[in-house]
Amino acid sequence: MRFVDEYRDGKFASFYAESIRSLVTKPWSIMEICGGQTHSIVKYGIETLLPDEITLVHGPGCPVCVTPLEMIDRAIAIAERSEVLFTSFGDMLRVPGTQSDLLTVKANGGSVRIVYSPLDALRLAREHPEKEVVFFAVGFETTAPANAMAVIEAHRTGIRNFSVLCSQVLVPPAVEAILGTPSHNIRGLLAAGHVCTVMGFNEYLPIASRYQIPIVVTGFEPVDILQGIFMTVKQLEEGRAVVENQYSRVVRPDGNIPARELLNEVFEVTDRTWRGIGEIPQSGLRLRKKFADFDAERRFQVDAIRSVESPDCIAGAVLCGLKRPYECPAFGSKCTPEHPLGAPMVSSEGSCAAYFQYGRSGHEKVA
Amino acid sequence: MCLAVPGKVVEIDRSISPVMGKVDFGGVRKDVCLDWVPDVHLGDYVIVHVGFAISTLDENEAKETLRLIGEIEWDDGREESEFRKE
Amino acid sequence: MEGAAMKRSPDAPANAPVDFTCPVPLSNYERILLAHGSGGTLTHRLIREVFAAAFRNDYLELQHDGAILPLDKGLWAFSTDSYVVRPIIFPGGTIGDLAVNGTVNDLAMCGAKPRYLSASFILEEGLEISELCAVVESMRRAALASGITIVTGDTKVVDRGKGDKMFITTSGIGIIPEGIVIDPRSAKPGDQILVSGTIADHGIAVMSVREGLEFETAIRSDTAPLNSLAEQILNVSSNIHVLRDPTRGGLATTLNEIAQQSNIGLFVRESSIPVDPAVASACEILGFDPLFVANEGKMVAFVGAEDADRVLAAMRNHPLGQHAAVIGEVTAEHPAEVVMESSIGGKRILGMLSGEQLPRIC
Repeated sequence: MRFVDEYRDGKFASFYAESIRSLVTKPWSIMEICGGQTHSIVKYGIETLLPDEITLVHGPGCPVCVTPLEMIDRAIAIAERSEVLFTSFGDMLRVPGTQSDLLTVKANGGSVRIVYSPLDALRLAREHPEKEVVFFAVGFETTAPANAMAVIEAHRTGIRNFSVLCSQVLVPPAVEAILGTPSHNIRGLLAAGHVCTVMGFNEYLPIASRYQIPIVVTGFEPVDILQGIFMTVKQLEEGRAVVENQYSRVVRPDGNIPARELLNEVFEVTDRTWRGIGEIPQSGLRLRKKFADFDAERRFQVDAIRSVESPDCIAGAVLCGLKRPYECPAFGSKCTPEHPLGAPMVSSEGSCAAYFQYGRSGHEKVA
Repeated sequence: MCLAVPGKVVEIDRSISPVMGKVDFGGVRKDVCLDWVPDVHLGDYVIVHVGFAISTLDENEAKETLRLIGEIEWDDGREESEFRKE
Repeated sequence: MEGAAMKRSPDAPANAPVDFTCPVPLSNYERILLAHGSGGTLTHRLIREVFAAAFRNDYLELQHDGAILPLDKGLWAFSTDSYVVRPIIFPGGTIGDLAVNGTVNDLAMCGAKPRYLSASFILEEGLEISELCAVVESMRRAALASGITIVTGDTKVVDRGKGDKMFITTSGIGIIPEGIVIDPRSAKPGDQILVSGTIADHGIAVMSVREGLEFETAIRSDTAPLNSLAEQILNVSSNIHVLRDPTRGGLATTLNEIAQQSNIGLFVRESSIPVDPAVASACEILGFDPLFVANEGKMVAFVGAEDADRVLAAMRNHPLGQHAAVIGEVTAEHPAEVVMESSIGGKRILGMLSGEQLPRIC
C-alpha cells in the first residue's frame, strides 16, 4: 500500500535506530499517549531496536481504557432495555463493568451491535424506527467530529430515535495532569498524530514551554515512530524543548478547520473522570444544550449504579506509565484477554493487551 | 481507535450533502465522507478515520520525510551512505 | 430416480459422473419445513432427491443405517469437524466446500489418503431448497476433486431462528501408507517451516461479505483439498515431521500449537510470510492481523533442513502451492514459544489468538 509500505521499510527503520544509538549520551524516558502508537511499538518490537538508554512509556492513549467504570455500567444498563438497540465500536464490548459487560448483554439476548462508524449507527436508527438506537461515543479528538456529524445529521433530518452516550476525552489536559504529578520522570513526548490531524498542534506550545519538554507530533508506522523518537532525543541531547511535526505529510499546524468547527458546534468542554486516573478538569466533551435531546444519559434515566473496580487492577498506574503491565501481579494469571480485570487488557490498543499479545517482559530485549 | 489508513480518492460526489466519495485502499474500496477535505481532487490520497477523510496527504512532505534520512551528518564524518544497506 | 433431473454433459464420456440439477420445487415446497426432519415421507424425498442424487454411489443407494466398508489392513486416520460459517455461500465456495475439504485436509495432515466421509446436516426451517442444493452440489464437486466418497449421513431440521440456515458435520477416515509417520511432537531444532501459499484469504473473503467491502478483484476463499499436495511432498521427502492446516485462529495459532506440542521454539520472519496485497489492505481497514485469520486451503510443513529446498520446489510445482515459502525455522531456544522478527527487524513474541477476532468464519 502506498504511503504505508515505505514507512515500514526495514532499511529506513534501521537507519533511525542506528542514528538514535549514535546520538544518545544519557538515559531518557519518552512517553506516547496514543493507543495506535502503543500497538505499533509493541507489534513491531521497536523497543528491541532502541539503545538501553531510551525507555518508552505508554500513557493513557486508549480511549476505551480510560472510559469511566460508571459509564460502562450505565451503557450496560441502557443496552439491557428491550426497546434499545445499542451500538458501539468493537473494543467496548468486552470492557468489564462492575458485574457484566456489553458482550454478556448481547449473549443474553440484548440488541448490541458493532459499528465501524457513527454514521452506521444513524443508518440503523433510520432502518429500525421501532427501536431506540444509542451510540456509545467514545474517543479522543480524532473521533469527536465524526460523532458530531452523526448528531448534526440526526438533528437535521429529524431522526428522533437516536441518541449518543458521550464519553469523549481530550489529550492535552491529560498530558498536563501527568506532567504535573511529582513522581513522573517523563522527559519527552510523542504527540498523537491523528488527534493532531484534527486539532493541529498549537495547544502543545505552552505545554512544551511550561514543562520544558520536547513534543514531537508523530505518526503510527514504525519508521514514523522511530523518526519521532530520533527528533525527540536530538532535542533532549541539544537541550531544546519545542514542538516539532514529524507527521508533516498529514498534520497541519491548525489541524482540520471544518472538522474542528463541527466539533465546536456540537460539543463543549467539560470535566471528565478518566478510569484509573481520576477526574481531570476540562478534559472531556459533552453535548451542547442545543443538542441535549440526543444525550442518552438524559433520555434514559438509569438508576444510580454502585460502580466497584476490581481490587487487583492497577490500570491507573499502568496508564500513567508508572508501572509496566508485566509488573502487575495479576498480569497473565488472573488477568488475561479472556478474563480481563480492567480495560487495558481488553482494548486492542491497551497497554496490557499489547504486552500480553506481543511482548515478553518489555525490559528484556529479545536478542 | 486512532486507526486511520491512507487511501486514494477514486470518486467524488459533490451533488449531495455531506460530500461523499469512494476511496481505494490498496484494492479495497469504501465509501468515505469527504466533507472535511473540500479541496480534494481525484487521485489525491486521504487519511480516513471511521468513514471520514480527516486530511489529505501532502506528497511533497512525504518525500521530504524520507529524504531527510539522507541528510544527517555525523560529527565523526560518517556519510549517510554507510547506513543505507543497498 | 423420480423427481431428480439427472443430466450428463453432452461431451462427457459415458461413465462420467452426472451433473446434479436441483429438483425445485421439491413436492411443491421451495423451503425446508420441520416435516423434512421428521423421518417421514418428506425426509425420504429430501434424502433421495437431493443428497443421494448428488452424492450418487453404491453405499448411499443401499439406504442402510450405516455403510459397510471394505477396509485395507493398516493404520487409518479418523477425523471430524463441524461447520457453522455465516454466510453459507461466499466468494470462492460454500459451507459445503469447507465441510468436505476441511475433513479431507485433516486426514491429509495425518499423512492419510482420504477415503470415506459421513455428512450430517442440521437445517433451519425456512432454508431455501435452492440454497441447499447449491451447497450439496459444491460438496459433490469437492468430494470428486479429493477422491473421497460420501457414504453415509443424516438430516435434522430445527425451528426457524435456531440454526443460522445450515450446520454441517463431516467425519472422515483415510488410510496411512506404510512408512509415513507425521506426529506433531516430532519437530526438531533445525527443521525449516514452510507454508504452502498466501494466508488470511478465507477469513477475509467471508468478512468482506459481512462487512460489505468492495474489492477491485473479489477476494475468494482458498478452500481446497490438500491431499494431493500432501502426497506430492511426502513422495519427495521422508523428513517431513509435521503437517498442519492453519484454520481457525490462523497461522499464529497453529504455530503455537505445534511449538507447545513439540516443546520446541520457533523463529519466524514476518516479511517472508506470503499475503495477497488486497487481503493485506482489507486487514488494515478492518483492523485484523492476517496471522490470526482463518485459512481453508493452506498447509504448514516442518521439514528436516536437508530436504527443505526439495519440498519447497515440489510445493511450488503443484497448483495449490505456487506461492509456497520458507518462513522460519525450529530452534532449541525459547521452547514452546514463537518469536517473530517484524518487517523492520524488531522482535516480538507471537502468541495465540486470544478472545474472538472473527465470529463464525468457518
